[in-house]
Amino acid sequence: MTRAAGRDRLPAPALGLAVVAVAFFTLPFVGLLWRTPWGDAWGVLSQPAVRQALRLSVVCSLWATGLSLLFGVPLAWLLARVDFRGRSVVRAMCTLSMVLPPVVGGVALFFALGRRGLFGQYLDRWFGVRLPFSTAAVVVAQTFVAMPFLVLTVEGALRQMDRRYDDAARTLGASRWYAFRRVTLPAARPAVIAGVVLAWARALGEFGATITFAGNFPGRTRTIPLSTYLALQSSPDEALILSLLLIAVSFVVLVGLRDRWLGGIRAPAGAG
Amino acid sequence: MARTGYFATVIVAVIAASGLSACGGDARSGRSGALTVFAAASLTGAFTEIGEAFMEENPDVEVTFNFAASSELVTQITEGAPADVFASADRRNMDQLVEAERNDGEPAVFATNSLAIILEPGNPQEITGLADLADPDLIVVSCDPAVPIGAYTEEVLGNAGVDAEFDSFEEDVKAIVTKVTAGEADAGIVYATDVTAAGDDAAGVEIPADVNITAEYPIVAVADAPNGDGAGAWIGLVAGDAGQEILATYGFGSP
Repeated sequence: MTRAAGRDRLPAPALGLAVVAVAFFTLPFVGLLWRTPWGDAWGVLSQPAVRQALRLSVVCSLWATGLSLLFGVPLAWLLARVDFRGRSVVRAMCTLSMVLPPVVGGVALFFALGRRGLFGQYLDRWFGVRLPFSTAAVVVAQTFVAMPFLVLTVEGALRQMDRRYDDAARTLGASRWYAFRRVTLPAARPAVIAGVVLAWARALGEFGATITFAGNFPGRTRTIPLSTYLALQSSPDEALILSLLLIAVSFVVLVGLRDRWLGGIRAPAGAG
Repeated sequence: MARTGYFATVIVAVIAASGLSACGGDARSGRSGALTVFAAASLTGAFTEIGEAFMEENPDVEVTFNFAASSELVTQITEGAPADVFASADRRNMDQLVEAERNDGEPAVFATNSLAIILEPGNPQEITGLADLADPDLIVVSCDPAVPIGAYTEEVLGNAGVDAEFDSFEEDVKAIVTKVTAGEADAGIVYATDVTAAGDDAAGVEIPADVNITAEYPIVAVADAPNGDGAGAWIGLVAGDAGQEILATYGFGSP
């Protein structure tokens, strides 16, 4: 109940396995750091092309996160709180892109939203909108792979939450929408933040669906992961520095938000 | 119907491509029985058929391929991918392998190729030559200059004095072909052999000889190859009459 209960002592075998897991995640990054030519770092990072890719990465991933938040929270709520036939099928559909190889996701987006795609042909014919090879396509690809992380996180929290608070609000005369905004959402806030962070990190690192669906053009669709892939072929040193840039940005955010989000999730569970 | 067939082909191609590149780091045992050939993406059709001929001659050897951009293959090999043979679509990437001392013996040119413009079937945009590629309304795709086809394309456009408006730089030449045959791009510059291989899924426009280039494909055994013996046999087959005949059916020239 109280957090002052102190540290749990893990049994030795579990501790050993946990340490192996930590090493498994840490070693590749140590390898990266070891091979990185630090002297070149500033030279690479100050290239206009790199800054352009970084700016594009940040802008697109924020858009993708925003869209994931806008559509993902209602979707999570639907999946967690509404009983309807075929719910598990809907949930599987909406999270399929998490497990799909991203390149296949990109191909699928092509067949749906591309210029000759199932729906894309009408976008083109009726509105003159052509998604592929545009910055919007990067956002679409990133949202496609990132949103499920937010949906699953928020859905899990909504399921665990005590529904009686909502019911109480409703019996006190709150409308469904009011109860959702003022009771459900605030209680789920830590999970929403966690989901946002996960979705954003996934969007920032997205490669396969982006290069397949949005292509690769400097300033328009070439994000940092695409630059990294490209640099790997011509100058691996530059690729190392670029990937470290991505890692550093993600790491800072993950470390910065983790305590807050774990601490927050505990509170409602403890209250219930 | 044709659409389903195309869909299946793309899915299979994509899965195969991602699977193969992922297997690039797969450690093969030193025993004979496996021969790993790293080859430029444009060699996909010809080498696959040569592989069948090779396995007919050597029933105990299992040939596996890694087809990708030559530049990517060089990176993989210099990082220690267990390749036996490397066939590049240009001399520059082969030189990088030699520079990294990952070659066993001198590279030898075994095939030549030229460039052509690939278009949607029926050429709906009525593209007649390189000059049309400067039209900003067209979706034209290429590769980064690190990839052989990207460098060759720059050279050809330079020769023709055309400033093409590209919309995307794909991973390798096969990705250019896919974008055009899928109808997402209007045109791309690829190898003449790729237009032949695309068959009815694409149309082609020749690039005049005075601005075109001759792409030379060198091949070499990789240093410390897990199957050095098989590597020698493969290079012998490719350079020999049987291999050259197969390459010719795919539109490659002899060195």
